[in-house]
Amino acid sequence: MLSILRTIWMIFLHSFRKRDTVLYPEEKPYLPPRYRGRIVLTRDPDGAERCVACNLCSVACPVDCISVIKGEDESGRWYPDTFQINFSRCIYCGYCEEACPTYAIQLTPDFEMGEFDRQKMVYEKSDLTISGVGKRPGYNFYRVAGMAVGGKDKGEAENEAEPVDVKTLLP
Amino acid sequence: MILGVPTDTFVNALLKGVETIVILFAVVIAAALLIWVERRLLGLWQDRYGPNRVGPFGILQVAADMIKIFFKEDWIPPFADKPVFIIAPAVILLTSLMTFAVVPFTATIGVVDLNIGLLFMLAMSSLGVYSVILGGWASDNKYAMLGGLRTAAQMISYEVFMGLALLGVVMLAGSFNLHTIVESQAGLWNVVTQFPSFVIFLIAGCAEIHRAPFDLPEAEQELTAGYHTEYSGMKFGMFFVGEYLGIVLISSLITVLFFGGWLGPVLPGIVWFLIKTGFFILFFVLLRAATVRPRYDQLMSFGWKILLPIALANVAITSAVVVATS
Ligand code: SF4
Ligand code: SF4
Repeated sequence: MLSILRTIWMIFLHSFRKRDTVLYPEEKPYLPPRYRGRIVLTRDPDGAERCVACNLCSVACPVDCISVIKGEDESGRWYPDTFQINFSRCIYCGYCEEACPTYAIQLTPDFEMGEFDRQKMVYEKSDLTISGVGKRPGYNFYRVAGMAVGGKDKGEAENEAEPVDVKTLLP
Repeated sequence: MILGVPTDTFVNALLKGVETIVILFAVVIAAALLIWVERRLLGLWQDRYGPNRVGPFGILQVAADMIKIFFKEDWIPPFADKPVFIIAPAVILLTSLMTFAVVPFTATIGVVDLNIGLLFMLAMSSLGVYSVILGGWASDNKYAMLGGLRTAAQMISYEVFMGLALLGVVMLAGSFNLHTIVESQAGLWNVVTQFPSFVIFLIAGCAEIHRAPFDLPEAEQELTAGYHTEYSGMKFGMFFVGEYLGIVLISSLITVLFFGGWLGPVLPGIVWFLIKTGFFILFFVLLRAATVRPRYDQLMSFGWKILLPIALANVAITSAVVVATS
């Protein structure tokens, strides 16, 4: 019986405590830089698109909300013709970011994307692409990859050795 | 002469009618506002805010909820006993409002001045139980049914000492009339002389209006929502408002029976009444914030094995004292 009275008194004392609630729209909470929110497609330091339309993100996505259609330019470089993310299905797991070999797709600390029309939650490539490098400054996939592409032959990438001639025994 | 009735009788009747309607509306609005008050206070005591967006301090939340609930689909399950299902929520509202008829807000404000006011109030609160039992029964749903059964058992046991606890007050005042009871407390409030019966009435009243911690009929964790599981729309709203009316009712009765009703220095009577009643309303909310729901058998044994003997002892001692002093 006494313990009940004590409980009541202690709960009453909570009237004078500070409230824990963060009044969200007025008072924004701090989001860490690696918070997983709205997805962006970044560019490499030269300003070209990073995405090479490999579809790895689309395959990794547990809810299948990324749709990529490949395009190819004259130099043989792949780029996405369309890149759509349906944010009404995205669960912000970040698997796409982990799967991406080019650091093109990245999650950002922004979650304020509410819409009244569900169709507006499907973001096109133009909505997703940003002009910066995101979390990976200085990274350019084609400069380090062994792929031969417009103007850069095999063996010309950074830290890459000349290709070995497999048809000869000489070193 | 108006319509064959002497003018001053007619005017008096008219005034009484207006007064009744004003009391009716004030009480219902107070009950509706309580929804907001309770949510804000529970928020305060849980270190949250509660509704604070709609209107100043979120007070228009009540209006928003009302509008919402009026436009909700009012669904009657095909397996329910339709007439009873519809009547049940009305009963609780009706009986609670009827009880307010005998509550003396001040010496002059009040609907009727019955000389058996207290008995009328006990009778009405017992009738109110039908609402819950019928609602649970008519839903034809096992959880609702269990909720109804629990209510029946809980009410029968707690009504007994609710009545017994009041016997002491009645003996001291020598009347069932609530006005007389209030006036008999002019020197000393009953809460001093009748402290055990005050505690018992508080507990039994809490059980009577099935508020936490005695909300076993609607224990969410065990019975989904208990007796109103199948209710939706305004029928559910009526149960809800009925429950808050119950809080207002029990608080005002505690004020009248134990805390000298409208009596108090300086301020006008109605203000004293509102202050005292408001205090107990807040106390009931605090009780909900702080206590846990007992197990069903604990509830029963607490009632019969602890409260009943105390109530009986109180009646015996009070009557001995009254006989000795008269
Ligand atoms: S965050 Fe997860 S759910 Fe969203 S697009 Fe990337 S992989 Fe799919
Ligand atoms: S975003 Fe990355 S993983 Fe997805 S298609 Fe483009 S390059 Fe591949």
